[in-house]
Amino acid sequence: MEMIVASAVGVLTAGGVYLVLRLRAFPVILGLAMLSYAVNVFLFAAGKLTTNMPPILSKYGEATYTDPLPQALVLTAIVISFGMTAVLVMVALASFLESDSDRINLGRSENAGLPVEPGQEDAQ
Amino acid sequence: MNHWIIAPVILPALLAPVIGFVMRYDIRLARIASLAGAVALLAIALGLVVQAAGGETQVYRLGDWPAPFGIVLVLDRLSALMVLLTALLGLLVLAHATATGWDDRGRHFHALFQFQLMGISGAFLTGDVFNLFVFFEILLIASYGLMIHGGGRDRMRAGLQYVVINLAGSTLFLFALGVLYASTGTLNIADLALRLQDIPLEDAALVRVAMMLLLVVFAVKAALFPVQFWLPGAYSNAPAPVAALFAIMTKVGAYSIIRIHTTVFGPGIEATDGLAFDWLFPAALITIAIGAAGVLGARRLMPLIAFAVLGSMGTLMLAVSVFAPAAMTAGLYYLVHSTFAAAALFLVADLVMAQRDGNDGLSTRAAIAQNGLMAALFFGAAIAMAGMPPLSGFLGKLLVMDALRAPGVIGWAWAAILVGSLVTIVGFARAGSVLFWKSTSLAPAPETGDAPLHQIERNAAGTAQVMPVLAMLGLLAALALFAGPLAGYLEATTGQLFDRAGYVAAVLGTNGGV
Repeated sequence: MEMIVASAVGVLTAGGVYLVLRLRAFPVILGLAMLSYAVNVFLFAAGKLTTNMPPILSKYGEATYTDPLPQALVLTAIVISFGMTAVLVMVALASFLESDSDRINLGRSENAGLPVEPGQEDAQ
Repeated sequence: MNHWIIAPVILPALLAPVIGFVMRYDIRLARIASLAGAVALLAIALGLVVQAAGGETQVYRLGDWPAPFGIVLVLDRLSALMVLLTALLGLLVLAHATATGWDDRGRHFHALFQFQLMGISGAFLTGDVFNLFVFFEILLIASYGLMIHGGGRDRMRAGLQYVVINLAGSTLFLFALGVLYASTGTLNIADLALRLQDIPLEDAALVRVAMMLLLVVFAVKAALFPVQFWLPGAYSNAPAPVAALFAIMTKVGAYSIIRIHTTVFGPGIEATDGLAFDWLFPAALITIAIGAAGVLGARRLMPLIAFAVLGSMGTLMLAVSVFAPAAMTAGLYYLVHSTFAAAALFLVADLVMAQRDGNDGLSTRAAIAQNGLMAALFFGAAIAMAGMPPLSGFLGKLLVMDALRAPGVIGWAWAAILVGSLVTIVGFARAGSVLFWKSTSLAPAPETGDAPLHQIERNAAGTAQVMPVLAMLGLLAALALFAGPLAGYLEATTGQLFDRAGYVAAVLGTNGGV
């Protein structure tokens, strides 16, 4: 199971980083979403991987339990990343509507008000 | 328990939704409520500083859960000082935004402003690393709204870039927290300090990874090389009063490094000893160089100030990077100074831009209506930022250089600070002479009739608009005048900061044996 979780985190992170580096609004949003999935799974793993265990210490039964703190952390992280993604989508949309461009980096064009040179466009 | 400790978080948290929902259509009501909130915050912060000055580390346990299990807020001299700084800056910036009408150029300025103050105060007070992350997110999400306040093409694009870089930073923060929790089993700052004390050296690899990840995350906030690239674009395109408030945002990153990398990974911890210095010191040097070069090369006023902020962050982190009490004291003095200097510059730039039809290009145009007044204000703020006497910038840099005397440090640090200051002075002198001096030699525009006179009347800055800038310059002068007593307080602050055993004992309620 460690192998599956670890590779899931790795693949999600790699995909997320690749998409963020595309520097265009939509891939970047998807990339940041993937990164936040990766970090959520990663946080779960931080509390040691156990299956079928209650997140509370039972007074009568077995002493084994799964660590409840990472679950609380992940819950907080999910809520925050959800809200942040919504804000990001709105800002990206407003930026696209204002400037007719979905590029993230502030190129030479942004101060002079010139259109982006064809050579600067990365081939999609 | 002293319930006033949580007041700087609760007050804006309650005020912001009321402003946002109840007063959304009445800007005057929102202004009154927001200003009243800022004044109350300042009063609370002053009270907290008085309480913290006694030297006792006070703990506020949320829900009264004992320390390693519940979340705690910790009030010591450092956090009280930072909250006071936030409250003062917030009040002055808010007064400026209200007087110049910036708050009316978009929706929800005051609600977002209060949320921003809540996040910043919380980040300074919390004693739990995950809680620090949550307060970071609160202050960031409010700053996203403030950053794009007023809209416009360039601002939206810069805002998008700002949001993306900070979301990436937040993800990295969570990775760091995961590693830290996996390797130590706690996220309470005091508990972390206790456990790292006796972590075996062979198990320390993960701790070192967590420490470096946290350093990168805080460096993003503090705009240190190589993750400083977002700052000039964001600050120069943000509304000027918001950029002035953001002067404290970089300090949140600096504070986090000071707090976490002193208390948790600080000197004397075998696993991470000296690691932070090895990376922070060169990064700070290069940040100073980039800031100075940017000041010299900027073609607009707002980017010029943004690069000056970058340079001041480099100087601050240079003092922090050695993690020694004397240098930390100097760094804290410079932190307080550079916050007000940067904010004053941004506010002056806003007044100048308002009289130049929103144009901040460094090009010679006809003299503005209040050329002499603006030139004087800009001169005052610029010499403070560049580090010339008699304002506090000179003393701040002097203190920092005096503290960085260790062999191996002195050469690089003194060269960077002195050359950086010289280049910054040249950059500011050039900008000032182009903006204010050369313009007087130009013949007045030919269409001097009734209409432009009316225009000048409308654009001229009134008393209310100049007062916040004057107050900030007054504070900078006061920082220089009362440098002795302030240095005494800061020395006690540093003493408390480096007293890890005292911190652990106060938070965990035991003599932790550190």
